[in-house]
Amino acid sequence: MIPASFDYVRANSLDEAIALLGEHGDEAKLLAGGHSLLPLMKLRIAQPAMLVDIGRLRELSYVRDEKEYVTVGALTRHHDVATSPVALASAAVLAHVADQIGDPQVRHRGTIGGSISHGDPASDLPAVLLALGATLVVQGPNGQREIAAKDFFLSFFEVALAPQEVLVEVRVPRSVEWGFEKLTKRAQDWAIVGAVAVRTSNGVGVGLINMGPVPLRAGAVEEAVASGSNAVDAAEFAADGTEPSADFNGSVAYRQHVAKVLVRRALEKVGV
Amino acid sequence: MKVEMTVNGNLESHDVEARTLLVNYLRDTLALTGTNIGCDTTSCGACTVLINGQSVKSCTVLAVQASGDDVTTIEGMASEDGTMHPVQAAFQECHGLQCGYCTPGMVMAITSLLKENPEPTEEEVRVGLEGNLCRCTGYHNIVESALMASRSLGVHS
Repeated sequence: MIPASFDYVRANSLDEAIALLGEHGDEAKLLAGGHSLLPLMKLRIAQPAMLVDIGRLRELSYVRDEKEYVTVGALTRHHDVATSPVALASAAVLAHVADQIGDPQVRHRGTIGGSISHGDPASDLPAVLLALGATLVVQGPNGQREIAAKDFFLSFFEVALAPQEVLVEVRVPRSVEWGFEKLTKRAQDWAIVGAVAVRTSNGVGVGLINMGPVPLRAGAVEEAVASGSNAVDAAEFAADGTEPSADFNGSVAYRQHVAKVLVRRALEKVGV
Repeated sequence: MKVEMTVNGNLESHDVEARTLLVNYLRDTLALTGTNIGCDTTSCGACTVLINGQSVKSCTVLAVQASGDDVTTIEGMASEDGTMHPVQAAFQECHGLQCGYCTPGMVMAITSLLKENPEPTEEEVRVGLEGNLCRCTGYHNIVESALMASRSLGVHS
């Protein structure tokens, strides 16, 4: 399968990429590792007229310990997050989940920023960022701004990036205790349902994978935990407000049941 | 668009359409047909090659993305005198293939895996090959091949 024709430009700097986005408007798409976008282009679900390749901007590939936070450059590949000593020490949930994405070949190419900007409700990283209460740093022609993860995922495959903005950094609070539970039929599959719980200085955060058109934070579960519920009782709220789709992997009721089971297991791992 | 990359040690330079996938560039332009196309959807791993030493699925990389990189395909594994690479030799020794279609991708994936983890356990090999599908062997002898290659690479180094 070959994508429809497009023009290709390799950006040599972030400023050049932002300028190219301005020049080509809606016709242009950013290309990082290409492991979300190229499969869609091969199926011709996506047919951008212009690809702006930012994959070589190595200055956006890093994992840094900044005391209160761990910061990850948007172009850091999943393999590099998974094996980063900083991530393993201070944001182990991020390293672990990065190591579960796709397979080794996919992790060698796919980037954290590309995965998040894609806004796929079935992907793992957005739920982790929601649970962690992460901050996303984006840059446009007028400089940088910060967007809370909870405000980033707007609707099905739609995120809060303006047309000329580029996600440049992910900032997560330090975390030590975490639980990540993902139900798949085969190792490399997307989650049928997934749940993540993390304990940070702000309390326990819980995220859900593939339980609706956007990545979800399980607010009712978090509130129950904050008011003293144990894992079994708090997990009963896991399906509140969710709208999972039904497909050959499971019905709506099945997914909502599985969400409660996985949330309970994830909560138990963080000592709830 | 002009692409320039090193493939199996040779500097290659060609004019290709931007939408040309790396696997098609390797097979159709460079006639390196050892890299197979299986699923064409980033799942099966038959098209696995190395870019700068790391395994990637060449059906999901544009040739223009790899411009400037160092690419290795199955044709670049054996020595010039025909001596097989230890991973290839292990496949022959352990009978790590039946129909052979997945084999080039398996060899490249294992080469990358052993670079990152020179002495994997059996389980680490099985998990490490999650991106490569084989419909013949049941994987047993492929895993054996990887473990044998690990031992022989350890002896060589």
